[in-house]
Amino acid sequence: MEHEGRDYALWSIAIVLVVLFALIPVLWLISISLKPPDELTDQRFIPQSVSFDNYKSLFEGGIDDSPFIKPLINSIAIALITTVISIVLASFCAYAIARLEFPGKRLILAGALAIAMFPPISTVGPLFDMWRALGLYDTYPGLIIPYLTFSLPLAIYVLVAFFREIPWELEQAAQVDGATPFQAFTKVIVPLAAPGVFTAAILVFIFCWNDFLFAISLTSSDASRTVPAALAFFTGESSFTAPTGSIAAAAVVVTLPIIVFVLFFQRRIVAGLTAGAVKG
Amino acid sequence: MEAHATKTSSRTRSERKLGWMLCAPAVLAMLLVTAYPIAYAIILSLQNVDLRFPDENSFAGLSNYVTVLTSSLWWTDVFNTVFIMVVTVSIELVLGMAIALVMHRAIFGRGVVRTSVLIPYGIITVVAAFAWQFAFAPETGFVNNLPLISEEMDWFGGRFSSFAVIILAEVWKTTPFMALLLLAGLVTIDGQLYEAARVDGASAWQRFTKITLPLMKPAILVALLFRTLDAFRVFDTIFIMTRGALDTESVSILGYNQLISRLNLGLGSAVSVLIFVCVFLIALLFVKGLGTKLEEGRPGG
Repeated sequence: MEHEGRDYALWSIAIVLVVLFALIPVLWLISISLKPPDELTDQRFIPQSVSFDNYKSLFEGGIDDSPFIKPLINSIAIALITTVISIVLASFCAYAIARLEFPGKRLILAGALAIAMFPPISTVGPLFDMWRALGLYDTYPGLIIPYLTFSLPLAIYVLVAFFREIPWELEQAAQVDGATPFQAFTKVIVPLAAPGVFTAAILVFIFCWNDFLFAISLTSSDASRTVPAALAFFTGESSFTAPTGSIAAAAVVVTLPIIVFVLFFQRRIVAGLTAGAVKG
Repeated sequence: MEAHATKTSSRTRSERKLGWMLCAPAVLAMLLVTAYPIAYAIILSLQNVDLRFPDENSFAGLSNYVTVLTSSLWWTDVFNTVFIMVVTVSIELVLGMAIALVMHRAIFGRGVVRTSVLIPYGIITVVAAFAWQFAFAPETGFVNNLPLISEEMDWFGGRFSSFAVIILAEVWKTTPFMALLLLAGLVTIDGQLYEAARVDGASAWQRFTKITLPLMKPAILVALLFRTLDAFRVFDTIFIMTRGALDTESVSILGYNQLISRLNLGLGSAVSVLIFVCVFLIALLFVKGLGTKLEEGRPGG
């Protein structure tokens, strides 16, 4: 009994440490985003009084004058468009790799792996030059194209791992039972594949949402600048105030929805991140 | 018999064709922004191309490479990058293993741990960098208010104290990924092995070093490979925290400064190509260690 009590205490400490480690920066951001300007430098972890002015200033001036609304829209739109295209292309490819026999299969997987390791900075210069010549600089497609390239390996690997687990015989069984090939696919295979596809979509979205290097290199204005890049160029209310409060508030706005999302779909994300890793 | 054979081969052929057709769009999209730009980068790196003086383009041979490789800045940045990479990945491996063990063996609270571990993964790297920067900044931060830390400590005023904060932010952000990859390896180990070892009187430490570690070698190598390459590309955190001031630049920051800030595409491309070569060499080292096991692994997130 005594032994068990000690174990229980040790585990509790370990768990509390892990949770604190993960949460401190988030709580800290919330704290400074709520501090009024005169308390910003009080060095306290918990704000003494609460003000929502930093949040108000983010959205002041509507879409034209707010430093934050346009980048937020850009971030969401670019990440969503990339996710849809990436998942469609990756699904075709992963289906072929999981189900069909054809030469070049291993080469595609190896190539995808190589691209996952590819340093994005090596493509920034050529893309900058090409995009300016092609008129893609500072546009949505200018960011969507590189995001697509670098998210496809991730999507393909996750989807191949999931598609290999699908009992494809069920498709034939349904056809034997009188379903048309189309019915067999939509009624049997699609529901089985959906969780994997959804998981891959979450991971691709987070990947695009997180990018900073392409976002600052290939954009120059609010026309296509995403939140991470916009945050790096935030300025204070006047040239004498530091933008700390506004950055913290903007950071909280883009972080909380993702946290809720991550918490809600944690099982899927864990499954996706570890897909294939164990088959070595 | 013959008819049957032709039928199978025509079926194989159509399966082949379908396979290629389904993969073609994804393969093209992946090559579009990697193969072509890297070839273009190599061409640019052999020329004098400065967008500020567009009329003065000329063939430069290897002179850009000579300029980069003989500059002390490049070697300082290589040192910084490798230093940050080695320290970050080492801390992460130990911490990630500890967290993976907590997630795997916890008697209770497994869900809570998994949930909180995913929070850093979901947060934008730039946002995490700001959070830690504000925490360590002498004016706004709470860190200097903590016991044992001098109130005067100017974290971003020195090279290695800046590295400490940069490494902390990187470790915080990417340990979850490491922990999850290690957990994936942990769950494949047969629990009966531990029971048998326990019966034979092996201590917890012996069970860890004699059973867990050897059986997890492939998972550990895959996790290390992805995190090492990822850490070598460190950019966001340094850009936000110091912009490379006080000799804290990484090679990616150097490339960005040459390409985008100074618009010197020739020199910048030489830096890009050299980074590509470094990454290639690191990957090669790991692949040698891993053998074919890697192809079944997965790319980083």
